[in-house]
This record gives sequence, structure tokens and C-alpha cells, in this order.
Amino acid sequence: MGLYDILFIGFIFIPVGLVTLRASHSVVEIVERYDIGCVPEPFRINKVSYIQDDSIPKNCSLSFKVPKYMKAPIYIYYQLDNYYQNHRRYVKSRSDKQLLHGQNQHGISSCQPVEVNNDRPIIPCGLIAWSLFNDTFTFIRNRAELKVNRKNIAWKSDREHKFGKNVYPFNFQNGTLIGGGKLNPRIPLSDQEDLIVWMRTSALPSFRKLYGRIEKDLDVDDVVVVHLMNNYNTYSFGGKKKLVLSTTSWLGGKNDFLGLAYVFIGSSSVTIAVVFTLLHLLSQRH
Amino acid sequence: MVAASSRKRKGKIRWSKLYSFAACFRPLTSKERLAARELIGQPGFSRVVFCNEPHLHKRKPYKYPYNYISTTKYNVLTFLPRALFEQFRRVANFYFLLAAIFSLFSLAPFSRASLIAPLVFVVGISMLKEAVEDWHRFLQDLDVNNRTVKTHISNGVFVDKLWKELRVGDVVKVNKGEYFPSDLLLLSSGNEDGVCYVETMNLDGETNLKIKRCLEASLCLNEDEEFSKFKATVHCEDPNPNLYTFVGNIEFEKESYPLSPSQLLLRDSKLRNTDYIYGVVIFSGHDTKAVRNSTRSPSKRSRIERKMDHIIYILFSMLVLVSLVSSFGSLLYLRQDMVDWWYLQLPDDNKVNDPSKPVQSAGLQFIRALILYGYLIPISLYVSIEVVKVLQTMLINKDIELYDDVTCKSVQARTSNLNEELGQVEMILSDKTGTLTCNQMEFRKCSIAGVSYGGDITEVDLAASMRMNADFEPFEFSIDETDGATRSFEPFEFSVSSFSAQNGNARLTKTEGPVIKGFNFRDDRLTNENWIHGSNLFDITMFFRVMALCHTGIPLEDDNHKMDKLSYEAESPEEVSFLIASQEFGFQFCRRTQSLMVLREFDPSSMKEVEREYKLLNLLEFSSSRKRMSVIVSNEDGQIFLLCKGADSIIFDRLADNGRAYEQATTMHLSSYAEDGLRTLAFAYRTIEAAEYESWNTIFTQAKATIGPEREELLEQASETIEKDLILLGVVAVEDKLQKGVPECIDKLAQAGLKIWLLTGDKRETAINIGFACSLLRQDMKQFHLSLSRDAESNNQVKDMKEDILQQIESSYKMVCEERNKEAPFGLVIDGKALEIALRGDVKDEFLQLAVNCASVICCRVSPKQKALITRLVKQYTGKTTLAIGDGANDVGMIQEADIGVGISGMEGMQAVMASDFSLPQFRFLERLLIVHGHWCYQRISKMVLYFVYKNVAFGLTLFYYELYTSFSGEVLYDDWYMTMFNVMLTSLPVIALGVLEQDVSSDICLQFPALYQQGPRNVHFSWSRIIGWILNGVVSSLVIFLANIYILSPTAMRENGFVADIDSLGATTYTCIIWTVNCQIALITSHFTWIQHLSIWGSILLWYIFLLVYGALPPNFSGNAFQVLVEGIGPAPLYWMITVLVVVVSLLPYFIHIVIQRSYFPMDDHIIQEMEQCYKKYDVRDNEMWVREQRNSQRSTRIGFSARVDAKILSFNQQLQQKKLSIYRSVTNSPIYRSITTSPFS
Repeated sequence: MGLYDILFIGFIFIPVGLVTLRASHSVVEIVERYDIGCVPEPFRINKVSYIQDDSIPKNCSLSFKVPKYMKAPIYIYYQLDNYYQNHRRYVKSRSDKQLLHGQNQHGISSCQPVEVNNDRPIIPCGLIAWSLFNDTFTFIRNRAELKVNRKNIAWKSDREHKFGKNVYPFNFQNGTLIGGGKLNPRIPLSDQEDLIVWMRTSALPSFRKLYGRIEKDLDVDDVVVVHLMNNYNTYSFGGKKKLVLSTTSWLGGKNDFLGLAYVFIGSSSVTIAVVFTLLHLLSQRH
Repeated sequence: MVAASSRKRKGKIRWSKLYSFAACFRPLTSKERLAARELIGQPGFSRVVFCNEPHLHKRKPYKYPYNYISTTKYNVLTFLPRALFEQFRRVANFYFLLAAIFSLFSLAPFSRASLIAPLVFVVGISMLKEAVEDWHRFLQDLDVNNRTVKTHISNGVFVDKLWKELRVGDVVKVNKGEYFPSDLLLLSSGNEDGVCYVETMNLDGETNLKIKRCLEASLCLNEDEEFSKFKATVHCEDPNPNLYTFVGNIEFEKESYPLSPSQLLLRDSKLRNTDYIYGVVIFSGHDTKAVRNSTRSPSKRSRIERKMDHIIYILFSMLVLVSLVSSFGSLLYLRQDMVDWWYLQLPDDNKVNDPSKPVQSAGLQFIRALILYGYLIPISLYVSIEVVKVLQTMLINKDIELYDDVTCKSVQARTSNLNEELGQVEMILSDKTGTLTCNQMEFRKCSIAGVSYGGDITEVDLAASMRMNADFEPFEFSIDETDGATRSFEPFEFSVSSFSAQNGNARLTKTEGPVIKGFNFRDDRLTNENWIHGSNLFDITMFFRVMALCHTGIPLEDDNHKMDKLSYEAESPEEVSFLIASQEFGFQFCRRTQSLMVLREFDPSSMKEVEREYKLLNLLEFSSSRKRMSVIVSNEDGQIFLLCKGADSIIFDRLADNGRAYEQATTMHLSSYAEDGLRTLAFAYRTIEAAEYESWNTIFTQAKATIGPEREELLEQASETIEKDLILLGVVAVEDKLQKGVPECIDKLAQAGLKIWLLTGDKRETAINIGFACSLLRQDMKQFHLSLSRDAESNNQVKDMKEDILQQIESSYKMVCEERNKEAPFGLVIDGKALEIALRGDVKDEFLQLAVNCASVICCRVSPKQKALITRLVKQYTGKTTLAIGDGANDVGMIQEADIGVGISGMEGMQAVMASDFSLPQFRFLERLLIVHGHWCYQRISKMVLYFVYKNVAFGLTLFYYELYTSFSGEVLYDDWYMTMFNVMLTSLPVIALGVLEQDVSSDICLQFPALYQQGPRNVHFSWSRIIGWILNGVVSSLVIFLANIYILSPTAMRENGFVADIDSLGATTYTCIIWTVNCQIALITSHFTWIQHLSIWGSILLWYIFLLVYGALPPNFSGNAFQVLVEGIGPAPLYWMITVLVVVVSLLPYFIHIVIQRSYFPMDDHIIQEMEQCYKKYDVRDNEMWVREQRNSQRSTRIGFSARVDAKILSFNQQLQQKKLSIYRSVTNSPIYRSITTSPFS
């Protein structure tokens, strides 16, 4: 082993990197931040009181132009920044048993501090469920509503094996402290895909979560208007909220880093190999 | 048993009469008698033994232990607490114990099982190993305890009894060749005068036999029946470790007799030359002096392991540092931001996240972080190392090359702790007798009347001429083409070298004929009675007579043997070899009575064998100060002869003027014998007139009768007056037979750069001889002899002696410093008494400084304690790794003191082996043990430890980096079970395979390139720069792995279906990268692949996927968020696989580039050899010129050893050749023909 291996790595990595970059470039991504724009001008000084005041209507709309042709399916994400879904206390505050088997199961002590309300267990319990994201979006193009498919946005195994088909929300968001969204108590947890997506906690404090899919192509210069309910409080901790529309390639979303890394490593390997070969030729060692 | 199998009869002689000087028979002076009597009954001297009444010792107050001996560390009850204590004394284990205890509280970041399980596993395996080792000790004890001895039960009946059942007061009968089961009081022996011979080699390593003698009063007890009514009471000292003292008295038949050490037979010594003895058990079991004197073998740790502790400390400080950062970070978050994070509903109940008390929370976070980053500390390192070492020892033990088919024993690694230490040895301290030599003397050469017999071509000459031949061929070939004029010298050179080679070969291969033990002499001029044709017939016969008469031996009539050949028994093996030799020459010593010696001589005049009787008039015994021995005999004609043998210098001083005829020739022979390491003795005689004898004899008898301290002096003076005016006959050379392969082994070890010191209890002459025989010394070496001058010694003033020694040391050191030629070798010979002074506080440093600068050091007449002391001082002073090798109990101290103790197991004694860390059947196996196994193990363990550090840093730091992104809340990126699997399953097997099977080069090449061994002493594989380098490598890998993963996987979708990576996907992906990286890294380190390595490395990676699959398939109750993570989450994403490839390549690239640079520009020895091996694999490598050259280069230029001697010889040959060449050249150029050619008109 030696220089040839390095050269070999280089010759493999560069083309792979280029292919990857191509895939990444084929992805069209639109990111719109809306957390500030959606607070009416008078409330901008104290956004927290705005968001906590139920009497103020929270609807808001934003519009954007599609920069490039976007082929269906177009994935809709909401992105939260500076939101520590990976805080240990938060991550642990759930009960997988309860999610699957419902009320008759014990072992919801892990759900602290959101386990019971009025001496009755909460389903689903725990901080994660309690802080469910509840902004909603509707998309309009050319005055016509774009249908958003909100099915199959969670892992199939989660839906089938981790969230019970016979478990219904119970006693949820009934306490004095209301966190995030409410759940329809008539729909079983296995069909509450928003919850399921939310419950797969993110790894990093800045994350996207799948909201739904638009199954129609968007043309260049299409103007899309989004009507949204700006319910979720990120204002108290200075978090950002963004709406993301993105197509995907075989690679997933837009991901220049990987391709660049491949190309960079490939080309530096080749350089190193060439430099060493030259040095080797210049100073022959026996 | 011995006596039973071969019945030997022996003329009953009062041995005591033969010895005029025997000091041990000196009766106690009245003063001492009084002192002894006063001591008895005092504290420390209160023991009472009722002989032949062992039942009295079953109850108090005379209850003494059984003769049961236990050397085990634990027993059934103490095992658990003690072994556990030992385990948790290790810092790392204690840390994990604390972590496990913390895991019982909610504070811990991991589940309980994942913290406790590995600890139990690790500690369990270590304890299991302890238990197995102790079990082996127990079995060994069992073996000793179950030996049997004939014990008196009642009415004079003796039955076999187990050693362990023996009690104080028992009367036992020990037969010839048996060990004493406990400390015995000698009652009587098979010899009439109650004398017995004891071999104490196991106690003090001295090979000469000790004489013990019973009290006159108990002489009568020499039959089994006598003991039916025997009763006596012994009052004596309490058990103590002092081997040379014994105070007590015995009340027997209403009389009290004082006892002295000469009546005490010590356990572990052996009965020799005496058919049987009767004795009574005085001290049993753990009370015996030998057991009391032995020290528990200290637990030794290798250098690497000690350095490993420092690495653990570094990792601990890393751990504390990152924990501090974490806790400080969490403090900041708690103070500033976290209050606003409504989704956490703070404050926490368990106070870890309490914004109102941030400092307290930070403190708790610190503890949590300590546990969380525990993966920086390689928990399985110790246990893996232990497993690896056990496997390594199995490989060593099973090495067929280390099997001795003579003794059917193999090398045994008795402790597995020191395998890698074998690769770092710089200094070998070796015992002589039984280690280098077989303790067997062989008659090799003699010089009679100025003629040397027995061949004169030595192996050194042979090797030198062979090497020169090899060197000349290419050299001359090149000259051949360039200059035709040199062609004429070619035949001459060839003839010289090939002549000596052929000559040597012819002489050396001529070794047909029956092999006689102790006689290795081939010269047709003397054997087969051919000596009768010699010129100086009288001198030759006298020479043989001295050989046959001047000794203390006795013939053994052995029924199994042919009647015409006798075997002999004598005080020293040299004498035996003389007797055998004289028998071969036709002077058979066949009988000895009290005053008569009978020889069966070959009479040259009648050509027949005749029996001649010689009256033994006096025997002047050998002592180390006299260095000679004489007998005065009268032959059948009444002529009185004094026959003398002794050290050459002593004899030459006492020659008569007319006795120096052969002095010059003999001296020459002497020096050549000595160069070969043969032990020489000069023979001389004189005839004494009857009148002269008579007058002398009266003086001598008077001196003999004197009682008191002046007796010895008088005797010496008396002998001085008769041992003079001698006539020199010649010298004999006996070989203290070296064990097989010893010189070659020493040579190889010297080439590998090891220093060898010889420590022996033997005489200076013998030690020097062996020094020559092993090529530790040679003639052109400057020797320093340190010994006390007579004046200083007689004064007995410590101060004077110190000054004397100091002066000698200083002058020698000055010579060393002044020597211009750096390659000039020095040899240091020092004796025990001088050593005692030299090792004292203030002289010590000077002495060691000198000693370290000498190529070889020989210490003679050193006591076991001194051996241990030297070892300790050398270890401390030089700081180098020392290895002590020995075979007897006298070496135990040294073996225990040295970094590595090696015992020779070929002999009977077990003490050295029991105390040793490795036992070899023979010395020569040391070569392979060190150069091959030591080198390998050193490499293996260092690579292994470094890799362990690397993989744990690479893994542990990713946990820390993740904390930076989770507001230091203590969340873990990976599932608990992934982490538990990391050290136990997923990365453990490859590293164990590396530790057991790695070879940088094959064993053949290790032996061919001994310089490779120097990597160990120089510690190139485990230097701090390497350690830091590997830690850095780990840091880089962890950074690459973590950063690449979070930047690639976040925040965009990772799959075509738009799913984004959650915490579990990211965790599993990152973890996959870690597993790949660390396993590929070990594949890069490994240079010797077998299917086991492949299986373990690639199997580990595969195992990870299998684990992920299986774990993910378990119901979500169990697998939690890892449920279906591979199948549903990351497996279908091409991104996942591409990250893996990228990360593995990038994180290995730094190491890869490093080795490419190193191999191309700064190659180490092993790299070059590996490359050469690969390049020339297709051809026969050994023929390659480059191979040979590198091989030559890799042998360190040494100053000791066979090769060095050959080199020196070649140098001198070359000088001679050069001179001859020059003279021939001159004669040719001066010749008229040459002149006419050179001035011829044609040119």
C-alpha cells in the first residue's frame, strides 16, 4: 500500500463527488422565514405577549415566487432554529409504552413533568407531546388552493408499531399550562402523523420537520401565497420559524457539502500522490 | 529410591580422617558453649522438641504446624474480598465502580445495565485469571506436599509418609539423592563416623558439597531397630530465616549436648554421597529456614503497563477537562437562556437543571459528565491486555522451537504480566553454574612435558577463516578485472584461508568413538596407550600418577557397569573428570583404604596392566587461599613423592630451578587454553627424602593436633615448607561444559545490543574461564580485576578497604576514559568481598559508572544477597530493564529483584523456577524468547495500547462534541446499547487478534536481524511522541466523524422521500462511521494478516450491522427509538452509505499520509525489512546481495560474544596477511625478472 492507494482514492472520489454535486444542484429549495413578519407591527416590541394573547387572531400570509421549475412531489417543512429538542430533560420526557398501549399501562413516570392532570393521566404524556408544533399552512397558487398531502409524512414503522391504533388522546392540554398544539381526541395516535413526526426528536437545535407534500409541479415564476396560523411560541426564547419548500433527488435534499467534500478529498489525494511521486523520483532511496 | 534402583557399595572409610583442614569439625570453644547454654530458654530460643514423640506436639504448649506448605495467594474464604480489593485498586476500575454506583441514581446519563455489565465482565475476567493462577500454585504445592519420606512409626518400623503429614519430633530416614522434607537434626548417617554430604545448591547455589556431622552420642543410632526406644529432648532457637546459624542442645540419655549448624539439615537441600541418614524433624512447614528465608515473589509490572497508567491519567485529565467545560457550559445556559425555554418546564425536580441554583446544577452536571465521557477511559483495556497476554503466553509455551527434547520441557511463561517486557531488556544478569554451564567437567586438553595434546584449532579460528573466505571472494573478483597484477596473490590468499578451514574441519569432525561422560579428549598420541611411544616417558607416567592419586575421590563399584571401567565420586566435578581421564589413559584408580591407594597401571616396559599400591602418607587439602592440593605418597619401593596440583601461578612460584624445563612451552599452552575458556590446573611433583619427610611429619602432626584459632595457620605454614622445589610436569585443561548453544546464544544477544553480566558464587578462576568460553572475555580485552589487597583485608578496617577499592575503581575508570579507541573493549572482574565494599553507599556510584562502561562484567564469589543487591542497584542506577537468569535457590533473590526473572527448569531444583516469571529448559532458548517473542510481544502490546487509546478518544470525544449542541444537558447521541457494545463486542476482537498475532516481521527475520530488537530498549513504539500522536489522531478522527455527519445530515432531507434525520438516525450514522473508522484503522496498523484478523476486523463491522438489524427488529418497548432504524431510517438512504465511505477515508487520511511519509523518508528498521521481504518474495531472498548487506549492518557491532572474537581474529589475520603480502610483493618486485618485465621495451 502506499501512493497508489491514495491515487486510487482520488480517482474514485472525484467522479462520485461530481455526481453528488449534480444531484444536489438539481434540488430546488425555497426558504421563507415568517416568525417576525407574521407579528403585526404594533406587537413587535413585545412578541411574547402577542403570541400568548389568545384574543389576537394569529393568521398571517406570505407569498413568494418560485425561482425554478419544481417537480412534484414538493416537500413542505417547517424549520425551527435555536430550539433544543435534544435537551436531555425534553428527550426523556415521553412514554413509549403509553404511546403504544394507552391508558392501562403504567410506567409513565418517565413523562415528568407532564404525566397527570387532575389526578388523571395525560395521553400522550411528556414534554415532547405537550409542546407539539401547531402552526398550520395552506398554499394558494393562482387563486386555487394547492392540495397538501399530509399523509405518510412519518415513518411507517412508527405509525404501525410505536403509536397505538387504539390509543386516543386523553386529558391532553387540559392543564393550566398550555404548551403547543391540541390533538383531536377522536383520532387514534397512529393516525396523528403531526405528533409522530414531532415525537421523532431532532438531533440538533436547528431542524426541519416534514409538514406535508404538494403533489403538483410548480412552474418558474409561479406566485405561491401561504396562509398560515402563527400559533407556536418561539418568541420567548428567540427561536426562528421558517417555511421550507423543497424537491428531492436520489440524494435527499440540497446537500452541497457532501459533493464538495468528495471532490475536495479526491483532488487533494491526487495532489498528494503526485507530489510524493515527484519527490520520490527526485530523491531515489534504496 | 536411588539407592534402591542401583545398589552401590562403597569402601567404608572414615572420611573425617582424610580432611586435615575441615573447618566444620572445629569443636565449639568453651566460650561459645557457654553462650549457647545461656541463650536456651530465653525469648527467641524457647523451642522444645520431643524427639520420636510427635504426638506430644499435637497439643499446646508444644503445638507446631504440620509440614504442610502453601504458597497460594488466596484461599477459598479470602479469595473474593482480596481479589476484589486488588481489582479496584486500579484507578480505572475504581472509576467505573463509582460510575456504576452513580448509575443507581437518576443522575447517570446511561441505563444501569449498560454501566454495570461491562464492569462485571471486566472484573470477572481478571478475577478468573487470578483464580486460575492461584490454582496452579496450589497444584504445585500439592505436588511438593505429597512427596513421601520414610518415617518411624513405632518399634523401629519405618513407613512412607507424606511430607505434609510430617510433624515436629518425627524420626525420618532420608536416602541418597533425596531432598530433606523439613529441617532435620542429623542423628546418624550411613557412614560409620556419622558424616553426611549435603548439596545446598537450592539454598545458596554452591556446587561443592557440604559436610554435616552428627553428635558422637547419637552415632549408635544407625539402624532402623535402634529407634524403637529412642527418646531425646531438644531445646533450641525459635524458627528464623537465618540459614547459617543454629543454637540448641539435646538431652539424650540424661546428658546434654550442645548442637551447632553442622547437625542441622535444611529443607530443600539434598543428601549426596551418603547412603542414608536418620534425622529428627526440628522445624516443619512454614517454620523451616528455607521457607522463612524465601520472600514472596513481588508482583512485577512491565514498563509499558506502568507507562499505560500515565496514559490513563492523561485520559482522566482529558475527561475532567471536558467535564468541566460541560458543566461550565451548562452553567452559562442555565443562567442566561434556559429560563425562557418554556418547553422544558423548568425547574427540574432532580435539581440538575435548576436556573435558580445554577451552581448546584452545574456541579451535578459535572458528575454526570464524568460518567458520560467515561468512554474516554478504555474500560476494557486492562481486561483485553490480560486476555491478550494469556494468549501470548500460550503461544510462547506452545512454540515448538522452544521445546527441549532432552528434558522434554518447554518454555513456560509463569506470569503473563511481562511478555512485552521481554522485548525491552537491556541487561542480562546471568548465573553461571547450571545456567550457562551444565555443572559437568570434561577433560579436554593437556600439555605434558611441553607438548600440547588434544587439538589446537578452535572454533573461533574456524569461523574467522570461513568468514574471511566469504569476504575475499567478491573483493578479489573486482580486483581481478581491474588489475591483472594482483592475480598472482590470489592462490596464496585462498590457500591460507582454505587451509585453516579444511584443517579445522578435519580436526573437528574427527569425533567418532564412544562418548565418555567427562572425557572429551581426542588425540591419538595419548589414547589407546600410545603415550608409551612418547619421548618423555617418565614425565608422562608421573603426570598420569598425579592425576590418579592427587584427589579426594573414591571409586564406585557399580554392578550395572562393565567391571573394567569405574565411575567415581568426589568433592568437585573436576576431580571426577581427572579420575575418568586417568582411567582412559591406563591409570585406573581402583581402590582406596584409609591409608592406601591402589592403581591399575599400564606398564610400558611389560606392556601389561599391573596393580600398584601407594601408601597415602598425608593429604594437604585444597582451599581457596592455598589454591593447591598435595598428597604425599610412597610407592612400593619406598620412594616418597609429593604430588601436587594447583593453580598455575601458585605452582610456577614453587618450582625448583631444575623443574622449569617445560615452563616456557607450558605457559604458552596455558594461555591458549585459557583463551578458549578452559579451566587449567598445573601438575608438579617432587621426591622427598625419608629423613626430610620424617622431620616434616612431626611438625605437621603437631600442628594438626593443635586446638584453637592458630591451628589453621600452623597447618598452612607446615604445608608451605614441604610444597616447594617442585618439578613441573604439565597442565591439564578441563572444560566446564557449557550448555548446548550457549556461546551462540550469547553472541546473538550481544548482537541485539544486550549487555550480559555474569554473577556467580564460584571461584574467580572458574568465572573467568567461563567468561572466556562464552566469549564474554577475550585475550585482547583490557581486564580490570577489583579485589581487596591483602593488607586491607587483614586489617579488616572498613575505611581502608573502602579506600583501596575506590582507588582501584578510579584508576580503572581513568583508563577507560583515556582510551582513544572507542571500540576497545574492557572487562571487569570483581569478587564478592570487593563487591561488598563497592556496593556501599558512597562507592556505589563510582563502581556502577565503571561497570556500565565495561563491555562485560563478571562478579565472582558473590552471595545470593549480593546478587540481588547488584541487580537492584543496576536497575536503579541505569534505569534499564534487567533480566536475571539462574537455576538455583541462590538466584531467587536476583530473579525476584530483576524486572524479569528467568529460571532454568532443566535441573532438579524448583526454587528458581518457582520464583521466576519465565522458565526455560536451557539457556539457549533465551535467544528466541527475547529476540523473537519479546520483540513481537513488545510490538503487539504497544500497538494495542496505542490503538485502544485512539479508539476510545475517537469515540468518547464525539459524545463531548454533541454536548455542545445540546446545551450541555447530558443527552447522548447514541443508544445506550450501542455504547455498551462498543468496547465489549464491536471493537474488542480485532484488537485482541492484533495483540496476539501481530508480527512486524517473521521469526526467522527477527533472528537474522537482531538489531531489530533495539526498538524495544529504545522504546520507539511506545514513546511519548507516539502516544501524543495517537491521541491527536483520535481527536482528528472524532472531529471528522462528528462534523461530517452533522453538516451532511442536517438540516435537509436525507432521503428521496423527504424524511429528515432525527436524533436516532444521526446517532446510528455517526456510530456506523466510528465502527468503520476504528476497525479500518486497525487494519492499517496490522502488518501480519491471517484469516483470524480478517475475520475479526470485517466480522466486527458486519456484526454492527447485524446488531443494528436485530436490535431494530426487537419490539419498540425494548429497542426504543432505535426501532427499525436501519431498515426504515438510514438503510435505504444512499447518503448514509456515502457518508460512511467519505468519513472513513478522511479520518484515516492523516495516518495514511503519515506512514507514507515515514516509510519513504524516515523508514524504521522493520519497514525496510518488510519492504525488502516483499520485493524479493519471488526470488530466494537470502541469496540477495542487499539482503546480506542489510543483515550484516543490522548486527550491532559488539564487543563481546563469539562474533566479536571472530572479528578480532580476522583483524589479526588480516594484519598478518598484509605483512606477508608486503614481503612477497617486495621479494617479487626486487626480483630481476620482475624488473626486466617492467622495464621491458614492449611496454
